[in-house]
Amino acid sequence: MTSRGTARSRRTSAGPPDLDVDALLTDRGTRIIVCCGAGGVGKTTTAAALALRAAEGGRSVVVLTIDPARRLAQAMGLDQLDNTPRQVAGIAAGKGGRLDAMMLDMKRTFDEIVQSHSTPERSQQILANPFYQALSSSFAGTQEYMAMERLGQLRAQADREGTWDLIVVDTPPSRSALDFLDAPARLGSFLDGRFIKLLLAPAKVGGRAYLKVFSTGVSLVTGTLTKVLGAQVLSDISTFVAALDTMFGGFRERADVTYRLLQQKGTSFIVVATPEPDALREASYFVDRLASEQMPLAGLVLNRVHNVAAPLSAERALAAAETLAEHKEHPLTAQLLRLHAERAKVMAREQSMTTRFTATHPHVPRAQVAALAQDVHDLPSLRRVGRDLARR
Amino acid sequence: MGSVERHWDGVRLHVVTGKGGTGKTTVAAALALALARDGKKVLLVEVEDRQGIAQVFDAPPVGYVAHKIANAPGGGSVLALAVEAKAALLEYVQLFYKLGRAAAVLERFGAVDFATTIAPGIRDVLLTGKVYEAVRRREGGRYVYDAVVLDAPPTGRIVRFLNVNAEVVGLARVGPIRHQAQAITSLLHSPQSVVHLVSVLEEMPVQETADGVRDLTAAGLAVGGIVVNLVREPVLGARRLSAAGKGALDVDEVRAGLGAAGLSATPALVDGLLVQAREHADRLALERRERAALDALGPVIYELPALVAGVDLGGLYLLADRLHAQGMA
Repeated sequence: MTSRGTARSRRTSAGPPDLDVDALLTDRGTRIIVCCGAGGVGKTTTAAALALRAAEGGRSVVVLTIDPARRLAQAMGLDQLDNTPRQVAGIAAGKGGRLDAMMLDMKRTFDEIVQSHSTPERSQQILANPFYQALSSSFAGTQEYMAMERLGQLRAQADREGTWDLIVVDTPPSRSALDFLDAPARLGSFLDGRFIKLLLAPAKVGGRAYLKVFSTGVSLVTGTLTKVLGAQVLSDISTFVAALDTMFGGFRERADVTYRLLQQKGTSFIVVATPEPDALREASYFVDRLASEQMPLAGLVLNRVHNVAAPLSAERALAAAETLAEHKEHPLTAQLLRLHAERAKVMAREQSMTTRFTATHPHVPRAQVAALAQDVHDLPSLRRVGRDLARR
Repeated sequence: MGSVERHWDGVRLHVVTGKGGTGKTTVAAALALALARDGKKVLLVEVEDRQGIAQVFDAPPVGYVAHKIANAPGGGSVLALAVEAKAALLEYVQLFYKLGRAAAVLERFGAVDFATTIAPGIRDVLLTGKVYEAVRRREGGRYVYDAVVLDAPPTGRIVRFLNVNAEVVGLARVGPIRHQAQAITSLLHSPQSVVHLVSVLEEMPVQETADGVRDLTAAGLAVGGIVVNLVREPVLGARRLSAAGKGALDVDEVRAGLGAAGLSATPALVDGLLVQAREHADRLALERRERAALDALGPVIYELPALVAGVDLGGLYLLADRLHAQGMA
């Protein structure tokens, strides 16, 4: 992480090193970029802007978005959620690049895994199971698991067909930004665990006779579950688990493969935040977590950073505005000075916030995107974000 | 402000949701403070293991047992509680089934992890169950809490979260969990519960708010108010704002003003001020459009100002005052 950081960045006299976004995007060794961070910090926009810039720089890119704003999705031609990458029209392809974009459909991804791993009859049976239907559409973590699954699929397709040389991934708006790292492992350990074997028991042994075969501990657990959940829910789960049994190896293996993919050299994580306490706290956790998982961090993207366009301190601007107000003259200038003072104060607050982050993580390269007066929902504004990201 | 009409008298559960980054937790905390005015006792609950309440109140971590986190003006108090799924499950199992050692066995077999993380909806059933219990708790013939404020999951997941019990009723056709789920469902759908949405004047949060109002209504959940957070006061008047947007402000007048204030009117300063004025005008124009979109949704709208210094504990009381003055509490 650090060797990468220094290779791609230039240390300024004070503060963190700059994140050299263009070096990252043009390096053919960069195969996967994962954008992660707290909810509402602009992960999707950052992912889309990076993907567009890479494509216009000559790379063949696919961007996997999770839940884009409607107009941003439309700008990329994603009018429907169909789980398939579609080519984005209107990009500057002068350097031979292309951009495909897709939106994750988690239920469909799950269905497809089931279908590709079992016979038609068996997959019918699974897809119709009420427990499966609930799991595939509402289990906390399914979205994270499926995002990782889809990433693995895209990578396999890229390797097989040579379609894309860069995959940019947005991560789900999770309860915690870390969920997408944990969910696959959690599902994996569940599928491997004792509990699943317990659930499988009734279906395998048949009837209630299994209770005698197993220890009293087991009967206590199943008895309790029956009490709490009701026998019918338990039997739905049991049938479902039995039906999935054949696929479990596949699930776990793939979760492991994707996890290792994230640790590889061609992968770069970009942690996205805004200069607000919550977002920076999440970013901080994330940086630590990536380091402990040995996942390669490219740097921090700070979105919606306020700056000033006029060279004047907040204090002097306010004093000048007050002078004018006292003399009851030049109200326009007085208002412009007040506006400036407000912005300068916001900037100062944000700077003190990011300084704390820098103090904890002095070596994490950083790029900033200025707060825009307008929302980002077309290719020109995505380009502008990309330019901002690449400015050093 | 005694003369202001209270909009949510009779409501005992205030669910606060909003897109990430809109200040949902801050608004929930301010609402709890406002509801606790004049001797009321209000419980503020979080369910996402984020310790957001502790951060907003600048207090030590909030635990699974409710404790007082703030005094409200006029002698009221706000208590805070962080509901955690695992603890809720064990408590639930003990309470309803008197299981004794079975709890430990469940834990050992991975059943607790299964129930709280993997099993669809169980986690949310447990979390909403604990909230339900707090709303309904009585001591000496009266409710323990005058109101409960739930800092809920974000707008994108709120309907699924609140409706999980209805889903469970569909999955579990018999059994005790069905009864519990039914009781929670009927509380959430009763006039005692409303869902407030927090938004800011930007495209995505406003879009999500519109989707949220639609989805909540379709699910039969009562939408309360929309709290527009981080509202900035316009610094320029309407006429100047429109000129600023067109880049048509009087440059000579700005120069003269700077001179009169004793500043040197360098091109960098003058141009910078004009650029900022234009960006301010663009921003306000966007905010006006988004505000109109929110107005069209129907629910009553409350506004909270952007505090330039950020929200500290004092700021929280100020926001609570604003909510009170507007009749939200």
